[in-house]
Amino acid sequence: MSNYKMHVLVCGGTGCISAESGKIVENLIQCLQEHHMEEEVQVVKTGCFGFCEKGPIVKILPDNTFYVQVTPDDAKIIVEEHIVKGRKVKKLLYKDPGTKETIEDSKHMDFYKKQMRIALRNCGFIDPTNIDEYIARDGYHALGMALTEWTPEQVIDAIKKSGLRGRGGGGFPTGLKWEFARKSSSDKKYVVCNADEGDPGAFMDRSILEGDPHSIIEAMAICGYAIGADEGKVYIRAEYPLAIQRLKKAMKDAEEYGLLGNHILGTDFHFHIEIKYGAGAFVCGEETALIHSMEGERGEPTTKPPFPAESGYWGKPTNVNNVETFANIPIILLKGADWFKKIGTEKSPGTKVFALAGKVNNVGLIEVPMGITLREVIFDIGGGIKDGKKFKAVQTGGPSGGCLTEKDLDTPIDFDTLLTKGSMMGSGGMIVMDEDDCMPSVAKFYLEFTEEESCGKCTPCRVGTKRLSEVLKKITAGQGTMEHLQELKRLSVVIQETALCGLGQTAPNPILSTLNNFEEEYIAHVRDKQCPAGQCTALLKYIINEEKCIGCTVCARVCPVNAITGERKKPHVIDQATCIKCGACYDRCPTHAIEKR
Amino acid sequence: MSKIKSFEELKQIREQVLTRMDIREKGDHIEKLVEVRVAMATCGIAAGARNVMNAFINEIADQGLDNVVVTQTGCMGYCYAEPTVEVRIPGKEPIVFGEVDEKKVQAIIEKYIKKGELLDGIIPVTHKGIED
Amino acid sequence: MSSSVVSQTLDPSKCKQLDQFIDQLPSKKGELIAVLHKAQEIFGYLPKEVQQHIAKRLEVPVAKVYGVVSFYSFFSMEPKGEHPISICMGTACYVRGAEKVLNEFKKELNLEVGETTPDGKFSLLSLRCVGACGLAPVVMVGEKVYGRVTPEMVKDILKEYQ
Repeated sequence: MSNYKMHVLVCGGTGCISAESGKIVENLIQCLQEHHMEEEVQVVKTGCFGFCEKGPIVKILPDNTFYVQVTPDDAKIIVEEHIVKGRKVKKLLYKDPGTKETIEDSKHMDFYKKQMRIALRNCGFIDPTNIDEYIARDGYHALGMALTEWTPEQVIDAIKKSGLRGRGGGGFPTGLKWEFARKSSSDKKYVVCNADEGDPGAFMDRSILEGDPHSIIEAMAICGYAIGADEGKVYIRAEYPLAIQRLKKAMKDAEEYGLLGNHILGTDFHFHIEIKYGAGAFVCGEETALIHSMEGERGEPTTKPPFPAESGYWGKPTNVNNVETFANIPIILLKGADWFKKIGTEKSPGTKVFALAGKVNNVGLIEVPMGITLREVIFDIGGGIKDGKKFKAVQTGGPSGGCLTEKDLDTPIDFDTLLTKGSMMGSGGMIVMDEDDCMPSVAKFYLEFTEEESCGKCTPCRVGTKRLSEVLKKITAGQGTMEHLQELKRLSVVIQETALCGLGQTAPNPILSTLNNFEEEYIAHVRDKQCPAGQCTALLKYIINEEKCIGCTVCARVCPVNAITGERKKPHVIDQATCIKCGACYDRCPTHAIEKR
Repeated sequence: MSKIKSFEELKQIREQVLTRMDIREKGDHIEKLVEVRVAMATCGIAAGARNVMNAFINEIADQGLDNVVVTQTGCMGYCYAEPTVEVRIPGKEPIVFGEVDEKKVQAIIEKYIKKGELLDGIIPVTHKGIED
Repeated sequence: MSSSVVSQTLDPSKCKQLDQFIDQLPSKKGELIAVLHKAQEIFGYLPKEVQQHIAKRLEVPVAKVYGVVSFYSFFSMEPKGEHPISICMGTACYVRGAEKVLNEFKKELNLEVGETTPDGKFSLLSLRCVGACGLAPVVMVGEKVYGRVTPEMVKDILKEYQ
């Protein structure tokens, strides 16, 4: 083994790097050399600790000391006091903001961990193809407990008491949904798992199925027991081959162990699961549309009532929950509703998984307690905005959601607060945007999506989304007028009020929320014919800054239409009439002399 | 596999699994067993996790390291650093390595697994589990 | 179109494979999508003749089959190229410049989305989120995934398949 007795971990996340964590490493190594300890203590630069607000972070192993807001000058005191003499440096320890006490005990070092993994508890921890590893982590114990010790009503009560709400988007209380299905009397009932993840930018359901498929099988069986169903269906996107493969393997293993099939665990409870393949239609996330698709039809929604709990798959009572919702079920039964209620907010207990992506440093699949702020998610866990750019907006809820801005960063997020801010939880896509992102273009992107995905059954959605997206195309092409903005607002409200299903009713959200928050940006497009973010090609002008241009001729050579002229080693000029605004010169210029206006 | 006939039996199996995993995997090297877990979800595989897993298996076989087991696991959530690998050495906190390629596999085996030295760029665990 | 013409235009061994799949289904009720998945797997795409064949075997109107095929984006009525190129147009890829990459592919191949090159080598598709957002923007050629693609990389990617 190595000679190292101690390790000093210095955060090398982007935030800490800009706060000179590189210099801290240098100074630490230098101080260690002065004390001839470089053979005993290893200094390592790590990835982001997810606590950037208090960075730079330095952690010492094996005693787990956690120093915050360390400066390069502090390297000396850390080496001389902590490493040489074994005395912790009090002034660098984290102080509890409430009690003002410093936290020394390494057992309490988890305070900085903003994430909490419940739905993802086994993802990345167990081998998903090995049922024994799932059992070793108390797998199928919740099912065993429910079948042998609890009545179906008690199971439903526990879920109701936990306050769990549907993680697929709507946030409807899961326990209530189960109770409706339980109370519908019928010879046959169905449990359906909605794994047709359609939000372009969310992939938590796929990750759960790939990383912990047994938790879904177990939860569906529990649901079957609770509502009185003996058949389950997983409706999954055909585009998820690995998830399908892992789920199939898990189902086979569960059957061999008698955890699926007839007489589960020696009881009189029978439960079978079958996989149904989706074929790529966003509207199938809506439960009535999903059920029609499972019946082999076009996935068009129908009006509710009747709710699936009364009349669903083949007209039988059907309970539909999404993957992440199911992933919460076994652990709620094992740890109790009270345990679950303590996490998150009063109205939205528990955690939510987000696919954090876009212009953040730490793109990742994260799970956080409800009530966390967007600032913590984006700037601590996400490590801030990429390339030191300025935060502009964060989009939640996918094509049904909206954009939140700087002023919303400190709002605790849960189902209800996001709705009041003009967005929604949705399935958990969270796309961060910076100053380079053009909001009318983002709205156009989402409307093109809903226009394409509209099933065409009702007119407000079929025609309305098309009209909205046409207007947005005009605006981003520089052909918009002030009247167009009024038109967008008016039409958006009409669609919200008259569309048949959730897809149509929420389709205008990306427009309304960007119009509300970034009206001046829309006005710049239509009145001044300018795109402040520099994204809309038609509104762009590329201009060469004479002072920066070194006359290297690279731009003139890459220009596909020969619009750039100039002598070697002299400033070049772009002929605006010829320029097709392809941006090739902008991307290649070695001195960044070409400016977008 | 035979069918589990009661809840009691399921509980027994959990205990058996826990001890059996100990015996099967750890055997004589119980205090030296090193587990390497490669995150093999779609995103990890897209970033090259399959090559990383093979590189570990080949290298461990070539060197005859019989105290190291390599298995796959799901997504660890560190998408920005795929492919990711977790190494568990008994008595130590598990360490997650990011942006692993075949070259880094060598470094992980030579430096961390064999000598206990850390590498630049390790990823601190940023979440609590259900036990905490 | 008479049934004899239908069977003439389709490869009989492929037809047989599909028929075997249909025959082993416990019930034909509600299985149209499952059969279409299988048919696309066998034939590569779902031309008119395949749809007619399925309608006959499942005893449903051709209009219904066509209605379902045209509803779902996964089903294709056009043959795909030898190397289907899919550009992820999920939101994460979009904000990281997927549109520029798509435009570059359009320019290089002289294709619009959904089209195939005359030599049958490449087809251009856009898809919604592969879920590899850490690698955005993402392009798939067949099964191979390319991450953090820039417009400059497009030529080199295409070269690998020429």
